[in-house]
Amino acid sequence: MKQKNETLLEIHDLSISFRMYDHGLEQTNLQVISNLHLTVYPGEIVAVAGSSGSGKSLLASAILGILPDNATVRGHLHYKGQELTSGRQEQLRGTEIALVPQSVAFLDPLMKVGAQVDGHRKPRPADKRKRLFKRFGLPDKTEQLYPFQLSGGMERRVLVSAALITDAELVIADEPTPGMSLEQASEALRMFREMANEGKAVILITHDIDLAVGFADRVAVFYAGTTVETAPASDFKIGADALRHPYSKALWKALPQNGFQAIEGFQPYAGNLPEGCLFAPRCSRKTAQCMSNVPPVREIRGGEVRCYHGT
Amino acid sequence: MKGIIGRLTRIFFTYSIKFISLLLAVSIITFVLVSASPIDPVQQYITGLGTAVSPEQRAEIEDYWGVNEPPVERYFGWLSELLKGNLGESAIYRRPVAKIIGERFWNSLALMLCAWVLSGVIGFTLGCVMGMYRDRLPDKILKKICYIIGSVPAFWLGLIFLLVFSVWLKWFPVGFSGPIGVLSKDVTVWQKLYHLILPAFTLSFVSFTNIALHTRQKLTDVWNSEYVLFARARGEGNRIILRRHGLRNILLPALTLQFASFAELFGGSVIAENVFSYPGLGSAAVAAGLNSDVPLLLGITLFSALFVGIGNMIANLLYGIVDPQIREVRE
Repeated sequence: MKQKNETLLEIHDLSISFRMYDHGLEQTNLQVISNLHLTVYPGEIVAVAGSSGSGKSLLASAILGILPDNATVRGHLHYKGQELTSGRQEQLRGTEIALVPQSVAFLDPLMKVGAQVDGHRKPRPADKRKRLFKRFGLPDKTEQLYPFQLSGGMERRVLVSAALITDAELVIADEPTPGMSLEQASEALRMFREMANEGKAVILITHDIDLAVGFADRVAVFYAGTTVETAPASDFKIGADALRHPYSKALWKALPQNGFQAIEGFQPYAGNLPEGCLFAPRCSRKTAQCMSNVPPVREIRGGEVRCYHGT
Repeated sequence: MKGIIGRLTRIFFTYSIKFISLLLAVSIITFVLVSASPIDPVQQYITGLGTAVSPEQRAEIEDYWGVNEPPVERYFGWLSELLKGNLGESAIYRRPVAKIIGERFWNSLALMLCAWVLSGVIGFTLGCVMGMYRDRLPDKILKKICYIIGSVPAFWLGLIFLLVFSVWLKWFPVGFSGPIGVLSKDVTVWQKLYHLILPAFTLSFVSFTNIALHTRQKLTDVWNSEYVLFARARGEGNRIILRRHGLRNILLPALTLQFASFAELFGGSVIAENVFSYPGLGSAAVAAGLNSDVPLLLGITLFSALFVGIGNMIANLLYGIVDPQIREVRE
């Protein structure tokens, strides 16, 4: 196993819960992320895949330290070997860690796009922005437009530019490609690849497993707010047998080109999580142990899996 | 360039039509209301003359004024005089209504303008502070103050101000727009301003809490937006977010509210002017109402409709200038 100081980002046993008011003044804690782990090395793209509600976007907010006030975070976050405290997160946001947000709603509706991509730091990196826009095929006049004047594909490219304009060492891209044409999506991912090749790292949060597998080095599969498996991207190309966790296998089989078979049941909602393994209620290989205890993370064939029976 | 002129002409025409129809509607409604009221304008006029009038003379006046004609004809008679610029003669002041409104309006305008700027600045600033520190101590305190001031009637507040600042502390005069015993043409600008401060403050208290609470809410919405989340993700702190995104996004609603507050302001000025015996349009309106001075009352009603209408129009026009999304739709 690689040493801790080599990793760029290391997340262990991360749990996030939200304080909610249930009935009247009754306060409840809603656990949305539990025992999540993720490691990111310099020079790689890690794809984070999973269905909606599996906690992918929350992970991005947790790393950046921009969760709402009613959120409680437990666990260990390390960036470059040092603990990621809220003070450090504040320093790193927008300089060393950059976010590509999920939609154009993340742009100020009343501010011109050019000024938004440049950000608040002085001097404004206008030249770099012009180069980025050119690479993405955005016309010069784009910088003078307001977000509502952009087409869907332009929005995405603008959002990606806003992250690439920083000198970030870690880019967290939250579904950056929907709405883009295949060429544009490939161009964006190629730029992420280039960044990675320069020794930086990208966390690619996505639904599009095919696209992610094509560009990522490793794929982390999320289920109900936890990482069930982290596998080399190549394993996804080989097939279900190369994967370790029953859920990853099921996910692979559910892809259109791999048979389109969905398994029974659905992902449990926060506040209604099962006791042991989160996937146990839907798992065909569950045993009594799975129902009562959360399985530990095990390393198998160059990947990590949170399962007693993973092979 | 041609497009701009075309657009301006179009805007001018649309608003002219809106204004004319508004004033017509107001004139009809007020006319009907006054006709239905128990006020007898002839009797008021005769009382105002101060001399006894024989029944024959009274009948002559009624004939001359057309009191016994059908209401519709009376309305059109009044309207045609109105269009000629003749608003009639005030029964209590014995002078043309247009002249009284003209003189009094400037006093009121100075008062309202001061109060308007004060309430805008105080309200917006407090709103921003509350929005930035929402649910924390500064917000909790200011919010309570706003609720309290907002629920206090303006006349009572005016009386308290008079009691504290004029009677006890003797900082400000007790009333009027100039010192007692000085001819109105000899009153200096400074004296006028000095007399204006307390009523203006009272009047601004009518609307600043409203603006503050609205601004707070708008800023809270902005703060919970995704674009502020993204701004945070890019390392922007609270102050930078307020400057870059906050002000930009709350300015439009604040401006609209500010110009739409003309109505409240006008209503408030009636009260403030009476408490401070300030010779403006508001006190004239009350005098006209209490003394059944129909021509003056009608004149002031129409004028206030015009005034409030202009405020709303400015708000609408500003929308187009400030918000690019609306600008685009119009283009």
